[in-house]
Amino acid sequence: MTHQFPALSSGQKRELQEIALRIVTPGKGILAADESVGSMAKRLNQIGVENTEENRRQYRQILFSADDRINSCIGGVIFFHETLYQHADDGTPFVKMIKDRGITVGIKVDKGVVPLAGTNGESTTQGLDGLSERCAQYKKDGANFAKWRCVFKISETTPSKLSIEENANVLARYSSICQQHGIVPIVEPEILSDGDHDLRRCQYVTEKVLAALYKAMSDHHVYLEGTLLKPNMATPGHSCPTKYSAEEVAMATVTALRRTVPPAVTGVTFLSGGQSEEEASVHLNAINNCSLVKPWTLTFSYGRALQVSALKTWRGHKENESAATEQFIKRAEVNGLACQGKYTGGGDSESDQIYVANHAY
Amino acid sequence: MPHQYPALTTEQKKELQEIAERITAPGKGILAADESTGSMGKRLNPIGVENTEENRRLYRQLLFTADERMDACIGGVIFFHESLYQNTDDGTNFSQLIKDRGIVVGIKVDKGVVPLAGTDGETTTQGLDGLAERCAQYKKDGADFAKWRSVLKISDNTPSELAIMENANVLARYASICQQNGIVPIVEPEILPDGDHDLKRCQYITEKVLSAVYKALSDHHVYLEGTLLKPNMVTPGHSCPQKYTNEEIAMATVTALRRTVPPAVTGVTFLSGGQSEEEASINLNAINTCPLGKPWALTFSYGRALQASALNAWRGERDNEKAAAEEFLKRAEVNGLAAQGKYESTGDSGAAGQSLYVANHAY
Repeated sequence: MTHQFPALSSGQKRELQEIALRIVTPGKGILAADESVGSMAKRLNQIGVENTEENRRQYRQILFSADDRINSCIGGVIFFHETLYQHADDGTPFVKMIKDRGITVGIKVDKGVVPLAGTNGESTTQGLDGLSERCAQYKKDGANFAKWRCVFKISETTPSKLSIEENANVLARYSSICQQHGIVPIVEPEILSDGDHDLRRCQYVTEKVLAALYKAMSDHHVYLEGTLLKPNMATPGHSCPTKYSAEEVAMATVTALRRTVPPAVTGVTFLSGGQSEEEASVHLNAINNCSLVKPWTLTFSYGRALQVSALKTWRGHKENESAATEQFIKRAEVNGLACQGKYTGGGDSESDQIYVANHAY
Repeated sequence: MPHQYPALTTEQKKELQEIAERITAPGKGILAADESTGSMGKRLNPIGVENTEENRRLYRQLLFTADERMDACIGGVIFFHESLYQNTDDGTNFSQLIKDRGIVVGIKVDKGVVPLAGTDGETTTQGLDGLAERCAQYKKDGADFAKWRSVLKISDNTPSELAIMENANVLARYASICQQNGIVPIVEPEILPDGDHDLKRCQYITEKVLSAVYKALSDHHVYLEGTLLKPNMVTPGHSCPQKYTNEEIAMATVTALRRTVPPAVTGVTFLSGGQSEEEASINLNAINTCPLGKPWALTFSYGRALQASALNAWRGERDNEKAAAEEFLKRAEVNGLAAQGKYESTGDSGAAGQSLYVANHAY
């Protein structure tokens, strides 16, 4: 505590900060295309497509072959391991396709949640073993950022102190290791929207979780300027009877962040959770129009909220590919506007709830 | 952890935030006039004035009766207990006088440092006993904010984890109690400039200390919008052979704050430590012109750096009172500009340039 043993050189810090800034360039956000094989099963199942490696490749190709319109609204793409080594039909590696358009390549590195014994169904996330070597290899293979997801749930007895401390600690360890390899860690402490709790409760729990996270980051000597935060927005639980406006959600979210996230953090890239595509865009827009001072970039890192319409349009048929890509581009552009507070929309799009109870992936 | 038991109502929060904003309104800062009796001895001694209650009253009077130029650059005054109940020559209570000028009244509530056994000369700060009742009384008597100072020191073995954790905790307890009584807590985790450590070391330790402070404030459910932070600037140790520019000091300071202080904190009111009057102003100005994003007000809460010239001009003589007040107003106005990044130093110092560093400053 008394002496500093610098974790990173100036050159390393500079590289990390520049990567982070590039990902969250104004108007840009992240496409989270890092669904695991199991998660892809859930997506493909719903549209009647078999969960094969080839189908997963074809689906990602639909997203990655979007035209230049996405270059101005997508700053980064998060890959799943399998996808990082797949190619387009013409043999071009996906990584190259993305990198060549000036979009930063990221990789999901956690290995899923595992139970915390003695708690009320809470979890931590594994994946630290050999993480250093994996990061070094991913960096060689084109990745410049990573993502690690921890999960919390709100109930009468959760999140517990252990769950908060353990997950904060593992996120900080992961971050520290990534930075040693020139990889910007995206830190994702997701508080699920399951439950009937109100907006205030979610805001309170979010503040406690994020406070613990940034203390752990400090303890582990993580360079904040070279990180991104991927939090949930502060929202009511999915079965909460009270309805809230987008402005209320925005105010609660920005307030929670203002109370916990140091300005040095380069950007906040929200997860969409169970929100519909439109909801996620409208909320992001309201967040960016919130009148409180917001010293970090506030943008998106959406999975389902960028892809649902594309998936439904595709349904596994080659002849639908173009139309499916178009659906994705549409959501990307809308969110590109929302992250600047310039989305004036409502419109026709996938507005059905994408909420899946007890979402674990 | 899973459930909130709100510490404050919406109205209480609103009142606290408004007080904090009033104190750190653009162009304004704090006059720290809360020197304890012992500390006043150290101030009066060098100018040959006896440390009596009357002399202390006369001295504070000349500050508090300074003309209206004070109102534009002083947002708050921190009192010592004794001064809160003293009056001007014509019988006006000091606290009332300050309040009537639209300046917020504050009160030092800690009871000094005490040793932490088993450490290398480290301390914590006492004063929690009966603090709730004292706060309630001070609020009735006109105070709207309070100050509590913890002290940390840099050496090969310090600050230790215990010192950091214990002081962060006691600051958070104090803050929690104050807010319950409508009093905005100024949280002061001072890291002394004693030592030969360089700028980077001070920055590193400042980051660790502030990170612990804000974790403790979160744990104690303190409403950050209704608090102020009174930190040291990040500076090299006083015996550090290396010299740094004001811009380097500003950059190190702002970086440390950006890495630890949540934007919800309404204002940062720097202590001056052992800096000379001019140094403290120039550094504050450089901080406000630093190009990094700074979402909190960055202003002053100066004791010595506002009063050194005034004390020298006064020397205990009633005939010198006006001249002394003039010296104080000069520094107040300069710092009011510095708090907006608008101060252009002309380079004249005199008393303003003399270092006010006192080794092992413990008060």
